[in-house]
Amino acid sequence: MSKPRDQRAWLLVLPVVALVAFSALIPMMTVVNYSLQDTFGNNQFFWNGLGWFRELLDPATELGGRFRGALGRTLLFSALCLLIEIPLGIGVALTLPRRGWGVAASLVLLALPLLIPWNVVGTIWQVFGRGDIGLLGAALNGLGFDYNYAQDPLDAWITLVLMDVWHWTSLVVLLCYAGLRAIPDAYYQAARVDGAGAWAVFRAIQLPKLQRVLTIAVLLRFMDSFMIYTEPFVVTGGGPGNATTFLSIDLVKIALGQFDLGKAAAMSIVYNLIVLTVCWVFFATTTRGQSEAVREKS
Amino acid sequence: MARIAFEALAHAYPGSATHALKPMDMVWEHAGAYALLGPSGCGKTTLLNIVSGLLYPSEGRVLFDGKDVTGLPTERRNVAQVFQFPVVYDTMTVRENLAFPLRNRGVPAAAARARVEHVAALLGLTSRLDRRARNLGADEKQKISLGRGLVRDDVAAILFDEPLTVIDPHLKWELRARLKELHRQVPTTMIYVTHDQTEALTFADRVVVMSEGEVVQVGTPEALFEHPAHSFVGHFIGSPGMNFLSCVVEGREAVLPGGQRLALPRTYPPLRGKVQLGIRPEFATVVREGGLAARLRRVEDLGRRRIARLELDGMPLAATLPDGMPVPAEPRLAFDPARLHVYADGWLAEGRAEP
Repeated sequence: MSKPRDQRAWLLVLPVVALVAFSALIPMMTVVNYSLQDTFGNNQFFWNGLGWFRELLDPATELGGRFRGALGRTLLFSALCLLIEIPLGIGVALTLPRRGWGVAASLVLLALPLLIPWNVVGTIWQVFGRGDIGLLGAALNGLGFDYNYAQDPLDAWITLVLMDVWHWTSLVVLLCYAGLRAIPDAYYQAARVDGAGAWAVFRAIQLPKLQRVLTIAVLLRFMDSFMIYTEPFVVTGGGPGNATTFLSIDLVKIALGQFDLGKAAAMSIVYNLIVLTVCWVFFATTTRGQSEAVREKS
Repeated sequence: MARIAFEALAHAYPGSATHALKPMDMVWEHAGAYALLGPSGCGKTTLLNIVSGLLYPSEGRVLFDGKDVTGLPTERRNVAQVFQFPVVYDTMTVRENLAFPLRNRGVPAAAARARVEHVAALLGLTSRLDRRARNLGADEKQKISLGRGLVRDDVAAILFDEPLTVIDPHLKWELRARLKELHRQVPTTMIYVTHDQTEALTFADRVVVMSEGEVVQVGTPEALFEHPAHSFVGHFIGSPGMNFLSCVVEGREAVLPGGQRLALPRTYPPLRGKVQLGIRPEFATVVREGGLAARLRRVEDLGRRRIARLELDGMPLAATLPDGMPVPAEPRLAFDPARLHVYADGWLAEGRAEP
């Protein structure tokens, strides 16, 4: 028995193919194309093979050294953000009220920073930290601390990390709060009967039950902080010097500042692969336990 | 191990005008096996949670061995409780789950290990001890919950809140037998909440029957069967439940609405309210001659015995159809006079036995 074949069915897939082609495939392939070429302006391109990639991955070259510095700063920034935001988010979620008017009030308050556009967040902190008129900067200077994010790399880092914590901890809190609310009361009752203290309840019930939402929270916060651009661009512009030049900022400098499309394209492909790899490894390790459970059952 | 006493205990949930648990006084003796029996919403879980301290009663006191524990939180009451649905600690192995209540109370590792292995053997979990709890089925998860309830040997009482609901029927019998066996080995006060009369009657020495927040009778399974203190107990215990016939009681005689008269084993004073005659189907027999006239509706064959559904003076009634007797066209009913009870407004009326 042969099934009727009608090749016109392909036409039905065409809109999706076209959409994906224009939104993802063509831009992506353009970048791949650029990454293999060099340009001297005037739309003249010269084949460069894997030259940019070799240079990029060799720290001895100018491009490679620059890339490695930016990558290190970006990784450090992501690590700091995750190390502060995840525990802080869990902690705040544990202390939020469970019933009454306090629930709505605290949720609205927490959601506020999430609703502010990125560049406005940057502007707020740019002004907030200024030594002459900013509430934070002027107060610190008034108290005798020598604080100036525009000149001191450490101050710049503190300002940016604080800003990210202020902006995004709420997201972790909201995710964890939802996860905590989903735990049935019976677990807490059983834990009380079993004589568990607050720490034992956290370790035996709350943290395991939060595993899924924490996976999402860590992934989101890693990707966002690893790709951060707008806020540091507004606050420090990558300075002082190169102290806060993250990968994204450096990429824009190369692509639009120097108009080195080949180098920038190669760099963005490597950048993209790093994000994908880190997320995949993290996701695979955190969900391994669950897939094992499924396998054992089947 | 403790004697548990309630003094003027009652509970109303916040915002509710009625009592979930009506005021009551009761004593549960040390090392007794008690069952709290009643339909859903009768207040049995409320009472259990008050005993364990998960719920603070709105009135009255709870005493363990004469000591007031009403204000004590669960973790300081030294009770174990098993819930209706399995609660396991996902990230721990079965062994760690069972040891959790011991570890939290600082029991030495060697002693804890021995207890855990003892309880695991009792529940048939030995081969699973080092598996992760979250990968097990509902049956085994509930066994872990049971195990955590049984693992401490110093508890004042072990409370079971319909613990076998999620368990397969064939395992249910076995586990209940294990619990009973354990109770014989280690005399601990055990309180077992259920809405299943078979479960209550086979597990408990004493059954506390509850209805609408009220304790209607506390007694041995025989007492509940032979002398139901309230028409609710008569209905709820036994299958089919007790028959209730409206009647007028005059001294030693009951007069049915159709005018048929029935001799009673005791003499009753004038009774107020709605007066009913109670007789269990086991003690009402279909006969060919003598007795009262009734109309047959249908016969139910339960395998072990046959139940005749009849109408007596317009009132429905279940009676035993003796083995081998063909279904009679004009059945008559004979009651075992010693088993006749009189109820006034639902409560058992006391009569005087006179020569």
